[in-house]
Amino acid sequence: MEVHVTVNGKSHSGDCEPRTLLVHFIREQLGLTGTNIGCDTSSCGACTVHIDGESVKSCTMFAVQARDADITTIEGMADDDGTLHPMQQAFMECHGLQCGYCTPGMVMAATSLLSENPSPSETEVREGLEGNLCRCTGYHNIVKSVLAAAGGES
Amino acid sequence: MSAVGTPMLRKEDPTLLTGEGKYVDDIQAVGQLWMGMVRSPYAHAKVLGIETADAAAAPGVHAVYTGADLEAMGLWIGPLPCAWPVTPDMVNPPHFPVATAEVNHVGDIVAVVLADDRYRAADAAELVVVDYDPLPAVASIDAAVADEAMAHSDLGTNKAYHWPLIPDPDALEAAFANATHHVDANFVQQRMIPSAMEPRGVLAVPSPHGGDVTLYSATQVPHILKVMLAATTGIPESKIRVIAPAVGGGFGGKLNVNPDEILAVTLANKLGRPVRWTETRSEAAFSTHQGRGQNQRIELAADGDGKLLGVRVHLDADMGAYMMLITPGVPLLGSFLYTGVYAVPAFGFTCDGWFTNLTPTDAYRGAGRPEASYAIERAMDILASKVGIGPDEIRRLNYLAGGEHFENLDVPSTLTFDSGHYGPTLDRALELAGYGDLRAEQQARRDAGSSKQLGIGLCTYVEICGLAPSRALGGLGFGSGGWEHATVRMLPTGKVEVVSGSTPHGQGHETSWSQIVADKLGVAPEDVEVLHSDTAISPLGLDTYGSRSLSVGGVAVASACDKVVEKAKLMAAHSMEASADDMEFNGGVFSVAGSPDKAMAIQEVAFGAFTAHDLPDGMEPNLQEQTTWDPPNFAFPFGSHVAVVEIDEDTGNVELLNYVAVDDCGIQVNPMIVEGQVHGGIAQGVGQALWEGANYDEDGNCTNPSFMDYLVPSSMEMPNFTLDFTVTPSTSNPLGVKGVGEAGTIGSAAAVINAVCDALSPHGITDIAMPATPQRVWRAINDAKGGAA
Repeated sequence: MEVHVTVNGKSHSGDCEPRTLLVHFIREQLGLTGTNIGCDTSSCGACTVHIDGESVKSCTMFAVQARDADITTIEGMADDDGTLHPMQQAFMECHGLQCGYCTPGMVMAATSLLSENPSPSETEVREGLEGNLCRCTGYHNIVKSVLAAAGGES
Repeated sequence: MSAVGTPMLRKEDPTLLTGEGKYVDDIQAVGQLWMGMVRSPYAHAKVLGIETADAAAAPGVHAVYTGADLEAMGLWIGPLPCAWPVTPDMVNPPHFPVATAEVNHVGDIVAVVLADDRYRAADAAELVVVDYDPLPAVASIDAAVADEAMAHSDLGTNKAYHWPLIPDPDALEAAFANATHHVDANFVQQRMIPSAMEPRGVLAVPSPHGGDVTLYSATQVPHILKVMLAATTGIPESKIRVIAPAVGGGFGGKLNVNPDEILAVTLANKLGRPVRWTETRSEAAFSTHQGRGQNQRIELAADGDGKLLGVRVHLDADMGAYMMLITPGVPLLGSFLYTGVYAVPAFGFTCDGWFTNLTPTDAYRGAGRPEASYAIERAMDILASKVGIGPDEIRRLNYLAGGEHFENLDVPSTLTFDSGHYGPTLDRALELAGYGDLRAEQQARRDAGSSKQLGIGLCTYVEICGLAPSRALGGLGFGSGGWEHATVRMLPTGKVEVVSGSTPHGQGHETSWSQIVADKLGVAPEDVEVLHSDTAISPLGLDTYGSRSLSVGGVAVASACDKVVEKAKLMAAHSMEASADDMEFNGGVFSVAGSPDKAMAIQEVAFGAFTAHDLPDGMEPNLQEQTTWDPPNFAFPFGSHVAVVEIDEDTGNVELLNYVAVDDCGIQVNPMIVEGQVHGGIAQGVGQALWEGANYDEDGNCTNPSFMDYLVPSSMEMPNFTLDFTVTPSTSNPLGVKGVGEAGTIGSAAAVINAVCDALSPHGITDIAMPATPQRVWRAINDAKGGAA
């Protein structure tokens, strides 16, 4: 089936089976491999992207369900000149990543969280990221990163 | 200014933060075929027949192979390797990538499908029909020890080995005969699923002309894997290149030689096409080894004051269905640490390894050492309550060297601890936790009959890092050395290339190694490029596990830098027409003592070494040196942790309110990275204490293989951690470093369960098995109250 989407501001079309998961379409058809896959039960959030401004686990949708959607992936977060998005910068400065595998999903979920709640408490950050698993950091520095990006104390 | 000791931001991060990091599954190869594994649904069965015709005829399918087909194709010359035969008579049934006559655990591979994409490979694997004759399954350690049902039909026993370490049996007997207090405790180390966020995956790419093959693997051990692939497949080692690209966490789960790696390499080589596979998360419970899996019995003998006289330990360790790379040795890595941080006159340890029909076990963060610290630290709390003193007092009473600073101390488990200073870590941890106030709050809640009870748990651990002195490994029967290699080369433009045999998967080696090199050579950290994890670029290495990178690999880097400076000094002296003895080197500049006008930057020397126009007679061009560092001793990091939990007695829920860790990993290269390692380590130990554990039914089925019900902690369960450090330099290496990758895990499970038991002690409850789930805790409280469940 033909699927047309806008990803990171660019128009893409691709042919896929009806059962193709959006995350596989993004990774394998569009070649945007920054969006990772960490599970098969929609538990880990490594595949989180923004669809029409909302944070979505891209393994929970078929590609065809995203027809004509406006998608942002981790590759679309930094400026064209390489300047990191403030959330990416905060993760770097607060050591919010180690192996980096959950990081794209974390950054996407965290930016979505701040767009809904620009000044979250620590508890609200923890609640907001509950659907994104990390095995390296114990979340301590991830929470610190998000609070720093929100302009709170780091 | 020194770069070492500063929290330099990581060089690795911009790539990983922008999605540019390339993990194995991100790499594509033209013409690639996807493997789909046909896995046994039975824990133990005879394979009577396999029907592949429907699968082979399915759309997009290139081929279907059974184990017999693959054997006939001559794809391997031997079984999967076990590098650690711990005793000469260890039982080790052959383990081939694909089973033929008998399957021995759920998930054993019986056939392989090759198809155009991952969807078609999965579809076709479903179409393979296998006729099984189920056999009784050995689904627990207890069933294995009973030795009635057999995990392998033709072995006649489930027992793999018996391994004793009893330095002085008479002294041990006497210690227990003379004891006033005797603790006899049994603990279960449940099986853990390592759960690195990146699943394991492989991509094997043959050269177009045949003969050479490159394997991309999500592995911690590309160098070891290369050797073992050669030994298993018969492909000359010189024709195999292994690349571990960005690797998304390991925690021990990626330090093996797996069936999928052998299959990808051999099939790619045979077919002349790239072959790939990535495990699904639910598949990982069967395709990647698990950790822990021990039944522990620990006995303490103590005098009337609570001073230890002896420690006696027996383990029944679950090997799972097969011996993987270091399966049998994992419990023994802990054997030397069952006396913990304590002065113990007499010690005895025995371990029996047992086969079960479950996923094989092998290393998981800490590998043997968290189990040891858990047993001794839980037992010390039980001893404290028997003696009637506090958990802090029992520890202080028994610390090695009285809790004071020591160096090069022999301990009864036959090791020599490099350095230690245990008392201050406990003092500081208790201070940061507000121990006195916590005890008052705890008492107030008890007095008020609150349904929310506080528990405070202590743990002082010591661990073994820096694997390892090669001679020591030889003495343990390990099939490899423990050295690490580094090459440091200065390029003509003054930049520095470091080639390291250490193989990171999240630890930030590129940053830490750059800091070491920056100080040694007087260059900017950003001028240092660290190359690693590709056997063609870094041919010598023994990889990353066991918190060994810094104290072995980092020391190799530092030593190679020293050699570079030595050679550069001779060149600079020649250029400046001065005596080498008069040369000084500071901040990257060579100068001549007493001649302040003469100076030469190391970058200038490097260019001169490249052009080679004016070198001293007999000196080779270029500025490049290498070191293979074999440590003279292990390193022994230590620390004290305090966990504070709140138990809701109505629901049994345990909430971790606060966690304090005061660790000592010797000299720190990058304190920011050190803290991150401790954070993650704590989370994994807390996970084992409270939520995680692979559950199996009596038929050997894992009942919680996915993240739906294997409960890796989320951000909601973790508190902020309070960390501090003391610094006691190691005597085992010139940098004074120890290692920190596993410390958090080694301290935390015991601290948390000690806290849980502390909270429940008014009910007379002395132990809760891990994981301390709400159901377990509620049931224990209910039973203690004499209630019906």
